[in-house]
Amino acid sequence: MKKLIIAGLLIVSSAASTVMAENYIIDTKGAHAFIQFKIKHLGYSWLYGRFNTFDGQFSYDEKNPGSASVSVNIDTTSIDSNHAERDKHLRGKDFLDVKQFPEASFVSTSFEEKADGKIVIKGNFTLHGVSKAITIDAEHIGHGNDPWGGYRRGFAGTTSFALKDFNINYNLGPASQQVEILLSVEGIRQ
Amino acid sequence: MAEIRNTENNWGWLAIFFHWLTAATVFSMFIFGLWMTDLTYYHPWYKTAPELHKSIGLLLLLLTLLRLAWRFIDPAPAPLANHSAFEIKVAHRVHTLLYFLLLGMMLSGYLISTADGRAITVFKIFEIPAIIYGIDHQEDVAGVIHLTLGVLLVIIALLHAGAAIKHHLVDKDRTLKRMFGR
Repeated sequence: MKKLIIAGLLIVSSAASTVMAENYIIDTKGAHAFIQFKIKHLGYSWLYGRFNTFDGQFSYDEKNPGSASVSVNIDTTSIDSNHAERDKHLRGKDFLDVKQFPEASFVSTSFEEKADGKIVIKGNFTLHGVSKAITIDAEHIGHGNDPWGGYRRGFAGTTSFALKDFNINYNLGPASQQVEILLSVEGIRQ
Repeated sequence: MAEIRNTENNWGWLAIFFHWLTAATVFSMFIFGLWMTDLTYYHPWYKTAPELHKSIGLLLLLLTLLRLAWRFIDPAPAPLANHSAFEIKVAHRVHTLLYFLLLGMMLSGYLISTADGRAITVFKIFEIPAIIYGIDHQEDVAGVIHLTLGVLLVIIALLHAGAAIKHHLVDKDRTLKRMFGR
C-alpha cells in the first residue's frame, strides 16, 4: 500500500513537472545576482560599474529548456561606478536621463540551450526609452538544494551593444562606443 | 585711502576688499560652473575646470568665514542719513540672505564632490576631507541645490547691485561710492 502511494505520488509529480515549469525569483534580496557593465576608458582600460537595484524572475524546466523565460527590471538611478560625480553624470541627460527613464527592462522572447550547454537568450531590452532586440550569450552555472531548505539555480550571461543604439549619444571617444553587460543571476525556486 | 577698519561713516579697506573679491568670484564662478558642466569629454578643460572650480570655491568659503568673523569684530558703518527705515530693513535682510546663499552654495558644492567619501584637493596643495557622505543620491540632491542656489544668488546679487546703482543715480547718495572707499 505504501509503495503504491509513493509510486502514485511519483507519477503525479513527474506529470506535474512536465506541464509546469519551475518558477524562480532572482535573489536580489540576498544579493546573489549582479548586473554589471564595462566600457573602455579612452581605449586604455576597462571601466566597470553595476546597477545595485533590480528585480526579476525566470522559469526553467529541465525537460524542456526551450520553454524557459526570463524578465528583469532595473532601477537606472541605482547605477554605481564607485565615483559619485561620475554616477551623477551617468544619471543625467548626457547618458541615462533617469528622471525621464527611471527603469530599464529585459523580457526574453526565446531561450535556446545548445548541445554543448551554451545558451542563447533573445529578448527585448528597454533602455533610455528605446526598446531593441538583443541576444544574451549565457551558460548554466549550477543548481541544487541550498543549505537552508531552498532550491536554487543560476545562470551567467553577457551581451553588448552600442550606446548609440539606445539613443545615448554623448561622445566618449571612438574606443568607447560599445558597452558590455555582464549578468550573473541566482534564482530561488518558488 | 581708507583705514583698515570701518568708521562711523566709511567702510574700511578690508571689508571693501572682502566685498569686491567675493562679488568677482561669485559671478565668474557662476559662468565658469555653467560652462564647465557642458564641456565635451575630450575638451582639454573637461578634467581641470572642475578641479579649479572646487579649489576656488573652498578658498571662497575660507574667505567668507574670515569675512563674517571680521564683520563681528568690526561693525559696519551706520546707514546713510537719507535712507528710510524701510530701505535699511530690506537692505539688511538682503545682506543676510546673500551670506546664507553664499554658504549654502559652498556647502552644497562640497557635498557633491565628497558624496562618495573622496576628499577635495585644493590647488593640488592640500586636501579637505569628506565629512558627510554616503547619503542616498547625495550627489544628485546636492547638485540640484547647488544649481538652484547659484541662480538665486546671482539674481539677488544683481538686485543688490541694482539697488546700489539706484542710490547712486537716482538718490545721488554715497552708498555705492562708500563701497569704493570714497
